[in-house]
Amino acid sequence: MPLNECLPLRLTELPLRQLAYVDIIDWNALSETDGQRLREFGLCEGASVETLNHGGIFGHGPIACKVGRMTIAMRRNHAAAITVRAGPEGTGPEGEAA
Amino acid sequence: MSALPLIALVGNPNAGKSALFNALTGARQKLGNYPGVTVERKAGRLSLSDGRPVELVDLPGTYSLSPASPDEQVTRDVVLGRQDGEKRPDALILVVDAANLDNHLRFALEVIALRLPTVVALNMVDLATRDGLELDAAVLSRELGVPVIPTVAVRKRGLDHLRKDLESLIDGAAARPRAPSVERDFDTLRSEARRIARAAIVRETPSRRLTAAVDRVALHPVLGLLLLLGLLFIMFQAVYAWSEAPIAMIEGLAETAGNAVTGALPDSIFRSFLVDGVINGVGSVIVFLPQILILFFFILMLEATGYMVRAAFLMDGLMEKVGLSGRAFIPLLSSFACAVPGIMATRTISDPKDRLTTILIAPLMTCSARLPVYAVIIGAFIPARDVGWGIGLQGLVLFVLYLAGIVGAMLVALVLRMTVTKGKSGGFLMEMPKYQWPRWQDIVLGLWQRAFVFLKRAGTIIFASTVILWLLLSFPRVPDDNPASQVDHSIAGRIAGGLNVVLEPVGFNRDISLALIPAMAAREVAVSALATVYSIDAGDDEAKLERSLGERLKDNWPLPTALAFLAWFIFAPQCISTIAVTRRETNGWKWPMFMVGYLFVLAYLAAGATYWTATALGLS
Repeated sequence: MPLNECLPLRLTELPLRQLAYVDIIDWNALSETDGQRLREFGLCEGASVETLNHGGIFGHGPIACKVGRMTIAMRRNHAAAITVRAGPEGTGPEGEAA
Repeated sequence: MSALPLIALVGNPNAGKSALFNALTGARQKLGNYPGVTVERKAGRLSLSDGRPVELVDLPGTYSLSPASPDEQVTRDVVLGRQDGEKRPDALILVVDAANLDNHLRFALEVIALRLPTVVALNMVDLATRDGLELDAAVLSRELGVPVIPTVAVRKRGLDHLRKDLESLIDGAAARPRAPSVERDFDTLRSEARRIARAAIVRETPSRRLTAAVDRVALHPVLGLLLLLGLLFIMFQAVYAWSEAPIAMIEGLAETAGNAVTGALPDSIFRSFLVDGVINGVGSVIVFLPQILILFFFILMLEATGYMVRAAFLMDGLMEKVGLSGRAFIPLLSSFACAVPGIMATRTISDPKDRLTTILIAPLMTCSARLPVYAVIIGAFIPARDVGWGIGLQGLVLFVLYLAGIVGAMLVALVLRMTVTKGKSGGFLMEMPKYQWPRWQDIVLGLWQRAFVFLKRAGTIIFASTVILWLLLSFPRVPDDNPASQVDHSIAGRIAGGLNVVLEPVGFNRDISLALIPAMAAREVAVSALATVYSIDAGDDEAKLERSLGERLKDNWPLPTALAFLAWFIFAPQCISTIAVTRRETNGWKWPMFMVGYLFVLAYLAAGATYWTATALGLS
């Protein structure tokens, strides 16, 4: 795998439909309820993510992304708290199936 | 409380719980409320395979037993046996989306650990197959330690099997689920769920994902917004175009009934009561049932297909600018039907200030009760012209009125967020369900429940207000030698005359002042009130009596007055039910009073501005 694909990115910077996995989530940047909801949606270190749509005409709308088999929508401030690495799930150091 | 065994449906949101509930109970449903909280309780009768009845309750969907909203709290409290007004269920049906096992199994494990007799409905297996997923229910059942039955609620598949398993659960024939001796934390449950999901998936072939393909357009910043506006536009055009025939039929029936009574009874105060009060008054409201049902049809379809959340996604950018969550879009869109369920739907918003702001602006969404008012005024004053491309002018005006409500609501939200509900804006975190074609029975059932509520209102609140108004309008009687009109002479006429001093500057006449008082009971009463006023005003004048309410309004009102009346109703101070539900949801009188106050001021200013502008432009 090319080296640049492994560089960490914020979820907001991930190109659309690029398969990636979650590297680190900055839980401190999220409120307790929002953090819990994200966890319930299956977001955790190692989970596979793929951004599907960026909402909003002016580029400030929410982001729709696929987490595992679920599609969820979140605002950019939440997405910015999530660091991802390009590549399929489990290839990273934190991947559960590694 | 019912002595029947109680079975509760639990599951994640979007697991297809409600469709399963409808498929199991049919039309035998009872809607109510849990005491103390405003969470809706949906219960129904279910017959087991041997015909024994059990009570089935549909609990609000939740992602875990750690609640983040009042709805989710009810679910947790019911399954733990802590909820007032509900006994602990004798058994649970745990609804799991077959296409989303990893996630739903985590909650399932949490619920199974409660050790209530449980059966898992592995729902929407057809959609999972569509996504190229093949599952082994037997493996799942072995791993979870409870029976697992593949179901497709919308096709009624697997339901007989489910009933049979429920029977053995109720009889205590089935073993209780095994429970781990230690409480497992979130991460342990999640890895356990993943392990079981992987074991249960037999085959997984990548396939065309319908939902993702549709979303490329539906969530596109430009195309998606055009699609949303297009859908809303079609919805409002349809409200007029599709309702013509059924409305004509209801009007025909009311006229026949009126004529029959007039012919059968001698001229008397009782005949006037029946014809002017009951038939003309209540009839003029029932006439709008077709339009209300068309509106609800669209809203139910948007919800059932999964599009509603996409609309919220598209609107979130805009909502964020006025300090709201995109989540507020769903309660606000429901408020187009009625502000009461709309305000109740704000319970899914976890941020208290977000929620309060949404509640306060919900009445600005044009509810279906305002539709009769708009419809009758537009019908009378706006010509049924085509403005090109097959767009009717009447539908266009209606669209503009709805738009004015929305823009007004956004501006009010912006101001509120900078003043009384100041604070950091909450977020927007939502699951986007897969698209699916709704079962027509679910839509029909939903429409029937709405029609029933409307007709009940027509039969009670609207009927009572109309009768009281008729009494106030009919007494004291004008002496025969007095040339004054009956309306002027009546108690109601005198009250309205006093009120009119305040309302005259914004172009309202006495008849409008008269109609506004009972309209507080329910907005659509404004129409029946006007019908009663003009019916009594006509007296025995045959030529006048034969004219429709619209024609009579056209004779009596200048155009600027009609437009001011429409503008008033954009902000119309809301009905008693809205005030009551706001009081309940905000735990006090402070916010409902605030809401009524600001709406009155806005309504007055809007009507005034419209009247003065229209007069200055020389419209007539």
